[in-house]
Amino acid sequence: MAETHAGPIAVTGNEAVAEAMRQINPDVVCAYPITPQTEVVQLYAQMVADGAVDTEFVTVESEHSAMSAAIGAAAGGARTMTATSSQGFALMWELLYVAASYRLPIVMTTVNRALSGPINIHCDHSDTMGGRDSGWLQIYGENHQQAYDNCLQSVRIAEHMDVRTPVMHMYDGYVISGAIGPLVILQDEKVRDFIGPFKAINPMLDVEHPVTVGPFDGLHGWYFEHKVAQNRAMDRSFKVIQDVADEFAEITGRHYGLLEPYRLDDAEIAIVVIGSTAGTTRMVVDKLRARGVKAGMVRVRVFRPFPHEAYAKALEHVKVVGVMDRADSFGAQGGPLFLEIRAALYDSDPRPQVLPFVYGLGGRDIFPDNIEQAFAVLEETARSGKRATSERRYLNLRKD
Amino acid sequence: MNVVPNPDRMPPASGGGENLTEIRWHARGGQGAVTAAKMVAELALGQGKYFQAFPEYGPERSGAPIVAFTRVSDEPIQIYCGIEHPAIVVVLDASLIAATDVLKGAPDDAIVLVNSEMSPAQLREHYGLAGGRLFTIAATRIAMETIKRPIPNTPMVGALTRVTGLFPIEKVVEFLRYEFGKKFPPKVVEGNISAITRSYEEVQSE
Repeated sequence: MAETHAGPIAVTGNEAVAEAMRQINPDVVCAYPITPQTEVVQLYAQMVADGAVDTEFVTVESEHSAMSAAIGAAAGGARTMTATSSQGFALMWELLYVAASYRLPIVMTTVNRALSGPINIHCDHSDTMGGRDSGWLQIYGENHQQAYDNCLQSVRIAEHMDVRTPVMHMYDGYVISGAIGPLVILQDEKVRDFIGPFKAINPMLDVEHPVTVGPFDGLHGWYFEHKVAQNRAMDRSFKVIQDVADEFAEITGRHYGLLEPYRLDDAEIAIVVIGSTAGTTRMVVDKLRARGVKAGMVRVRVFRPFPHEAYAKALEHVKVVGVMDRADSFGAQGGPLFLEIRAALYDSDPRPQVLPFVYGLGGRDIFPDNIEQAFAVLEETARSGKRATSERRYLNLRKD
Repeated sequence: MNVVPNPDRMPPASGGGENLTEIRWHARGGQGAVTAAKMVAELALGQGKYFQAFPEYGPERSGAPIVAFTRVSDEPIQIYCGIEHPAIVVVLDASLIAATDVLKGAPDDAIVLVNSEMSPAQLREHYGLAGGRLFTIAATRIAMETIKRPIPNTPMVGALTRVTGLFPIEKVVEFLRYEFGKKFPPKVVEGNISAITRSYEEVQSE
C-alpha cells in the first residue's frame, strides 16, 4: 500500500487493520499464523518480510502460545500487538486474564466470528462476548474506517497511565473483514505523533532495575486488592477512551463516543446493536422516521467498560427498547448485551421495557426487513401499553 | 418461542441513498467473479463513488457455484447484508441458470447479463428463462482470444459497463492500464484491455 493517500482507498477490513498496524509499527507482534487466524497477520508478516516495519514477528504454535508470547514481550518492555478470531480467541482464554491482571498494554485485533460447534467460520460475536469478563477493554467497530480508527486509538488507551490494561478491538468477520470498502488513512507521521513513543513500565529487560512479574500470591496475598485495582482502572478508562477519541477527532474530523445514539432524542422505540448491523439499522430508522414512526437507535462502541450510566441517560425516555444480540448466553435471561442494557435501565423511572432479540448467529444474514420486523414488535408493545414477554425473539430464524 | 415472522417479499433495500446500485454475481469457483466484483468497486472509487464488494463465503472449490455482491452509490453505504433484490445480475457461467435461481428476488426490469455464445432469445428458450432484461456476451471465447485463458471476469466487466452505463468505458480502460500495469507485463495488460473493449462492443441485447 502507498505511504499516504488524500482520498479513500478500497480495502478489506483486514487490510485496513494491517495498514494501521504498519503505521503503529509495534516492537513485537506474536501470532499463530494458521486458521482460524485472519488475513491481518498474514498481511503484517508480509510487511515484516518486506522491511516495511521494524517489528519482531514471532510465529508460535497456537493462539495460547501467541498470547503467552505477547505477555512475555509486553512484560519485557515492548509495545506488543496480536490478532485473532473465533476458536483462536477461545484458545487464548486463560492468558487473557493473565495479560489483564499484569496490566500489560497489549492491543489485540479480534475479528468477530462464531465458535464451534457445529463448525462454523462466519460472523457472530460469541468469541469476544465470551471474553467480556477477562479484564480487557473491548471496543467494537462498525465498518472499515472504524476498524482502522479503533486500532490506532486502542494503542493510546491501553498505554495511558490511568488505564494500563490490554485493549481488544473488534469488527465483524467477513461482513467487514473480507469485504472491500472505503478507507481514509492518515499520513504515517500523523499516526506516529498521535500514538507517541512507547513507555515501558517496570520492564523485565531493564536488568538494572529487576522486577518480578506473575509470582504466586497465596491465600494471604493481595489477589483480591489486585482485582479491585483492575476494576478501578476500568472506571478511569471511560474518560481516557473519550479523551483519546476527542483528540483523534481533532486530527481526523471523525468523532467517536462511548456509545453512538442516532435519532434518539424524541424516540419512543429504539434498538441497541453492535457492529456492522448498526449500519443496516440506521437505514431502517431513517425509513421508519420517513413514515412518521419515532424510531431511534444506539450503536454500542465500548462494551468493556460498559458505560451503563450513559445508556440509562440515553434511553430512559424511550418506551420500548429492543436489544439485538449476535451472541447468546445459554440459560440466561437474554444475550450479553440485553443483560447489560436491562440492568442499566433498572433505576430509571419510568422504566423502559427492554426486549431481547437474537440474530445472526453463525453468520445468518440480517436484512433490513428483519430489523423492521423487530421495530414492529417494539412499536406494537409501545402502542399496547402492556408489558410484553421478555423471552428472546429470534430474527431470521428458519421456521422448519 | 418467539420467532419474529419473516416476510415473504421484502421491500427493496436502500441505505446507500437514492442512487444505490446493487449487483449480484453468479459464477463458479475459479472464474474470477470475486475479482470482478472488486474491480467494479475500485472503478466506483475511481469515479468518486462509494462502494462495497464481498463474496458470500463458502467452500472454496474450483467449479462450485459462488455468489458475490457489489454495491455502488453516490452516498456512503451503510447497509451490511447480502443483496436480495439486485438491479443487476451477472452470470459468468450460463449452466448456473439450470442449477440455481439466478433471478431470485430480482425485479422485472433487472439487467441480466449472461456469459454465453447464445443470443438472448436463444438463451431464454434454452433455459426457459423468464424475466429481466437479458443481455449475452461470449465472454469465455473473448477471454481465450485475448487473455489466452478461459477466465471470463474481465470481459464481463466490459459488457457490464456497456449495459449499465455505470462508468465510461474510457475510465475502465484507464483503470486497467494503471492497476493491471502495476502487477502484470504489458502483454497481459493489453490482452485484458482488448477483452474489455471487445465485450463492450459485442454484447447482445434483446
